[in-house]
Amino acid sequence: MATSTTAVDAPADVPAPGRRPRGWRGLPVIRQLRQSVGLQRGMLVAGLVLTGIFLVTAIFAPLLAPFEYSQLRDPSGAFGAQQAPSSDHWLGTTVGGYDVLSRVIWGTRTALYVIVAAVLMSIVIGVLLGLVAGYFGGWLDRVLVVVADAIYAFPSLLLAIVVGIVLNGGESSLRGGIMAAALSITVIFVPQYLRVVRAETVRIKAEAYVESARVIGASHWRIMSRHVFRNATRTLPLILTLNASEAILTLAGLGFLGFGIEPTAAAEWGYDLQKSLSDVTSGIWWTSLFPGLAIVLVVLGLTLVGESLNDLADPRLRTRRRGPVTPADVGETSVVPGSPSADTAYLDGKGPA
Amino acid sequence: MTTAPARDVVEIENLSVTFATDAGDVDAVRDVSLTVGAGEVLAIVGESGSGKTVTARSILGLLPETALTRGAILLTSKDGSETHDVVTLSRRGLGEVRGRDAAMVFQEPSTALNPVFPVGWQIAEGLRAHGDYSKKEARAKAIDVMRRVGIPDPEERVDHYPHQFSGGQKQRIVIAQALALDPGVIIADEPTTALDVTVQAEILDLLRRCRDEFGTAIVLITHNMGVVADLADRVAVMYQGRIVEQADVRTLFSAPVDEYTRQLLGSVPRLGEGRARTADRAGARAPGWQEATPVVEARDLRIVYPGRLRRPDFVAVDGVSFAIRPGEVLGLVGESGSGKTTIGRAIAGLTKVTGGSLTVHGAEMNGMKERAFRPLRERIGFVFQDPASSFNPLLTIADAVAEPLVVHKRAKNPQEARGRVDELLEAVQLPKSFGDRFPHELSGGQRQRASLARALALDPELLIADEPTSALDVSVQKRVLELFDELQRELGFACLFISHDLAVVDLLADRIAVLYKGELVEEGTGEQVLGAPQHPYTQRLLASLPVPDPDEQALRRAEWDRLR
Repeated sequence: MATSTTAVDAPADVPAPGRRPRGWRGLPVIRQLRQSVGLQRGMLVAGLVLTGIFLVTAIFAPLLAPFEYSQLRDPSGAFGAQQAPSSDHWLGTTVGGYDVLSRVIWGTRTALYVIVAAVLMSIVIGVLLGLVAGYFGGWLDRVLVVVADAIYAFPSLLLAIVVGIVLNGGESSLRGGIMAAALSITVIFVPQYLRVVRAETVRIKAEAYVESARVIGASHWRIMSRHVFRNATRTLPLILTLNASEAILTLAGLGFLGFGIEPTAAAEWGYDLQKSLSDVTSGIWWTSLFPGLAIVLVVLGLTLVGESLNDLADPRLRTRRRGPVTPADVGETSVVPGSPSADTAYLDGKGPA
Repeated sequence: MTTAPARDVVEIENLSVTFATDAGDVDAVRDVSLTVGAGEVLAIVGESGSGKTVTARSILGLLPETALTRGAILLTSKDGSETHDVVTLSRRGLGEVRGRDAAMVFQEPSTALNPVFPVGWQIAEGLRAHGDYSKKEARAKAIDVMRRVGIPDPEERVDHYPHQFSGGQKQRIVIAQALALDPGVIIADEPTTALDVTVQAEILDLLRRCRDEFGTAIVLITHNMGVVADLADRVAVMYQGRIVEQADVRTLFSAPVDEYTRQLLGSVPRLGEGRARTADRAGARAPGWQEATPVVEARDLRIVYPGRLRRPDFVAVDGVSFAIRPGEVLGLVGESGSGKTTIGRAIAGLTKVTGGSLTVHGAEMNGMKERAFRPLRERIGFVFQDPASSFNPLLTIADAVAEPLVVHKRAKNPQEARGRVDELLEAVQLPKSFGDRFPHELSGGQRQRASLARALALDPELLIADEPTSALDVSVQKRVLELFDELQRELGFACLFISHDLAVVDLLADRIAVLYKGELVEEGTGEQVLGAPQHPYTQRLLASLPVPDPDEQALRRAEWDRLR
């Protein structure tokens, strides 16, 4: 009796179908890239390329940029304001006399700093609060959710401005400016992470494996860290990429409204756009086009990555490679007498008999 | 082959269905040929994954876009005037055929009905899609169909919403929806699996009347051999996408030809099988056993879930008294909502006791603080119902089984516990190498064994098993139950075995307690409760349980009719 059981029910080393690939192929983005086909793959690849260019530019900005972000003159003299694109200044100069290309390239660095700082802070705070709120529930949960809802009710840019003023107090150094922008974005994002993680936690809390840990007698801390945390945060990479693009927009918006970083402290696209407002009407296109294009491309890249990861994570939205129709079993399929079935005949590579 | 019925309503020829998945193509159905005669009940039986649902759904063209169908499915209308090949029909053609020639009854009646429309509207929806019915005519027709499926006061209830009906009534309405256009064949996909046994008997009775009064053929998909014996005329057994045997119902049950069919029939638990075993065990006990302190003792136990927003409180368990002595298996039987799971959870400290007394290992659970109960937890093991969700998907099986050892400081970390974990896996007849796998890489039965290993890790004196086999296929269920029995004898733990299936409880339990609406209506040995039931509910429960034998089931059906 006992021997027969193992024989049938437990094939010792047959790999289960749908087994997750191990090693580098199992890494988050690479796995999705291998999984995707068709249009979804195109979107993901386009997004990854744009994001890759953004990251490389940010990291190698000192090597790529011809000038410093706040440089107004070189040994041969001052650049001059609103110069058209030329061999000296490929993308021309701004009304303040800065080199546009250098400002655009250095701007990626500022954007990256802000994204990293803002997303890191909001994830740490949001996930922690979400876990606690979802797991323990009660009055703490209610207070946190109400606060999150109140923050939602504010226009996000207005909130960012308020936080920026409170934290910044007119200061405009690189670190001060970046932290102000990052913190104001954090305040807006924390409720998002809080709600997502809280909802997942509430769902996971009712799963049998959490109950079974409770029956075993595991402490709350152990259940939260070992069972809930990793399962509740699986969707975060998706929100993360989408939020990163939103962070850039908020940063640019702040700069555009004049609450950003001073041009002497760092290059910032929003600020450059604002300064180029008057240029547009006088036919000076290069000062506004390139910072604007930079914003659009980075946001587009990050959004494409986020959206396609999102689609790939959902089995119902994921398109799959259709298996090859093997023409080997021609004889097996019967053809309906009287109704020549076009579909089956075509699939079998054989006409109606 | 069969006593040819007048005409075939469904004729499936060499059907093959392939699904495109992430892991490549999967052949769900391979070269299946079937016919369903007019007014005939064909049962398709098989384990989960055998392709029975896919075969039946393809009759209506209800497969997802990832499916590739080959072969022919000829569907003839009830009057025999038209025949269509469903495989090649256009979307519009399918829409015409569905509902008129063939209709579907789904497994879960609570999700098959739209909660925001009255049921009458939903029945009439199908009518309006197929012909010119005025609002009044459609309503009259809906009322008529509802009356014929046995809904009382159909004139009034036609305007009610799905939540105002019980589960069994909802399934009746789903059947009424299918019958509205008087189709030639109804596809019933596990129509009674989500229902309690007593309700199941009523729905089976209704389906039988569908055939007799409406002349509708039924394709019945089920895994329950009792249901097959009760309703089917002919049976097709599917295994791994192929039909392994097709026969008349009496022939199949009395003289199965295929090896797999024999194995399937052999694994169905039957009432009365456990009696000899129970007697054995009772005889082997030490004389003073009756007086030993019970592991669990409940006296007038009452558990109430507080009502929300002016709703009254819900009394889940009311005045229940029982005791489990060391080394004894108590089977707890009841329908859904009878409070059996609540009792199990209360013993494990997952649900608060409201009134009365419940002592577990000598500690009073009424008003127990979690901190004080924690040390006692190592003497309790718990096996959950759903093997799919009882393991953290991110931990390996070895880590999960080691969890209780680490929590109760028998080992510092999962690696240190690995020796004991391997022992446990071997005890539940899983290869050691399975410890390195993740839960999704194991089948349901394997996972349930790992779950048993985890529950037994600390060598508990009490094991609570909450429907441990109800999510498993019969053949797998049999092996898990045997394993359970072996381990219980070897390790001698006391056990509360919760199940809705009388036959399963009968196999394992020394004593059986029957719960009905939160109250304990009958308790005794298997022989007392199943052999000579005293309470009318127990009698009804016993009579409504279909047995896997067509002739005996016919007799039982008569008995059930008498009790109704």
